[in-house]
Amino acid sequence: MSKRTVTVTVNGDHYQREVEPRLLLVDFLREAVGLTGTHVGCDTSNCGACTVLMEGRSIKSCTYLAVAANGKEIMTIEGVAQNGDLHPIQQAFWENHGLQCGYCTPGMILSAVYLLSKNPHPTESEIRRSLTGNICRCTGYQGIVDAIQQVSGDSQ
Amino acid sequence: MYPQAFEYFCPDTLEGVIELLTQYGDDAKILAGGQSLIPLMKLRLASPKYVIDLDKLQGLSGISEQGSEILIGALTRHAEIEDSELVQSKLSLLHDTINVVADVQVRNLGTVAGSLAHADPGGDLAPAMLALNAQIDTVSSTGKRTLGVGELLVDAYVTSLEDDEVITGIRVPIPPEGSGGTYLKFERRAGDYAVASVGVQLTLDKKGCCAEIAIALGSVGVTAIRAEKAEALLRGQSVSDDLLKEAASAASAECDPFLDIRGSVDYKRHLVGVLLRRAFDIAARRAGGEKVETPHV
Repeated sequence: MSKRTVTVTVNGDHYQREVEPRLLLVDFLREAVGLTGTHVGCDTSNCGACTVLMEGRSIKSCTYLAVAANGKEIMTIEGVAQNGDLHPIQQAFWENHGLQCGYCTPGMILSAVYLLSKNPHPTESEIRRSLTGNICRCTGYQGIVDAIQQVSGDSQ
Repeated sequence: MYPQAFEYFCPDTLEGVIELLTQYGDDAKILAGGQSLIPLMKLRLASPKYVIDLDKLQGLSGISEQGSEILIGALTRHAEIEDSELVQSKLSLLHDTINVVADVQVRNLGTVAGSLAHADPGGDLAPAMLALNAQIDTVSSTGKRTLGVGELLVDAYVTSLEDDEVITGIRVPIPPEGSGGTYLKFERRAGDYAVASVGVQLTLDKKGCCAEIAIALGSVGVTAIRAEKAEALLRGQSVSDDLLKEAASAASAECDPFLDIRGSVDYKRHLVGVLLRRAFDIAARRAGGEKVETPHV
């Protein structure tokens, strides 16, 4: 099958690559662009470790074709910190024990960034429901919820 | 996991899509949100030779009120419905449904028409649209047509759509004054498919009698179905607890669940009865003007 040329903007930089249509976005990011912060977890659209923002919306990059991302803007975990300073969500994960092994963390952070972009002051219930698509096997989620609450300024 | 190799097309007109479908027929698959198709392709349960992405089509997305109906464009993503004030205020059943479709990331990509066309017996949109008496508009090489959800759904993963036929929109009648609805889904864990689900849309008359009712059941048969016997028991009646129990038993009996990892046949029948009673209660309270939060079972 013929390869296609795609241009994808990742964290503000443009990447033009030749890809097979069946290449998944997560593999494009990791293998073709070389940004390995986006993790492959379950590879079946359940765990959310591969979550990135596309055009500002959270998606699972294991369930999206790289060829379909042509012309689109992606943010990965590498683009969350600015000028070497941790994003407030990253800082809060650190301070609240929002991670242990760290495997789910890139996806968790991007889901949290997305939630707060839509709803700056979510309730605890809204936070927990927003994380339905992200599985963490270490923390029991409490530290993650605490971290998001710290940033949203709602510690109820 | 990789899908089998395929040729990818991303036409920018509906005519272009139909042309490709006419050419490649059964070897082609339409890619809308991809949240069912791509997992199936990765598992090699589907291996289309040609994938036709609808992403570049204009004008097939969005939610608008048109006369007595709400029109939902075929490419409208679940997340857009979730955020729609129009849906929230006029189609509470649909809003409840979208809230329990998979998870945030899937709702950001998945489309309503894609869910209907995929015809997964565990899908949430088919029972919701069935309860709302939605009409589905399609176009193919032979022209346009409109069909009901019951006409669309043939069997598990099988619809009555022709190889070259594309859903363009879904029209949902706006329920009259005094109406209320909800969709209850029982899942083993957040984001899972339903063990069983029940959608109830009803209209109360001035005396509080159940003037009109539609009950749809999901995940308890090869397709979503209407619980017609239960509906007949309730329609036109002042609904007592005993009558509601009778209707719940009727719905339990008329569904056709299968044994799988989510539960036994008896368990699912029992669930249908419980969910129907709870859903009726919420729908009736909403019909009476009470504000009832989106329920999570």
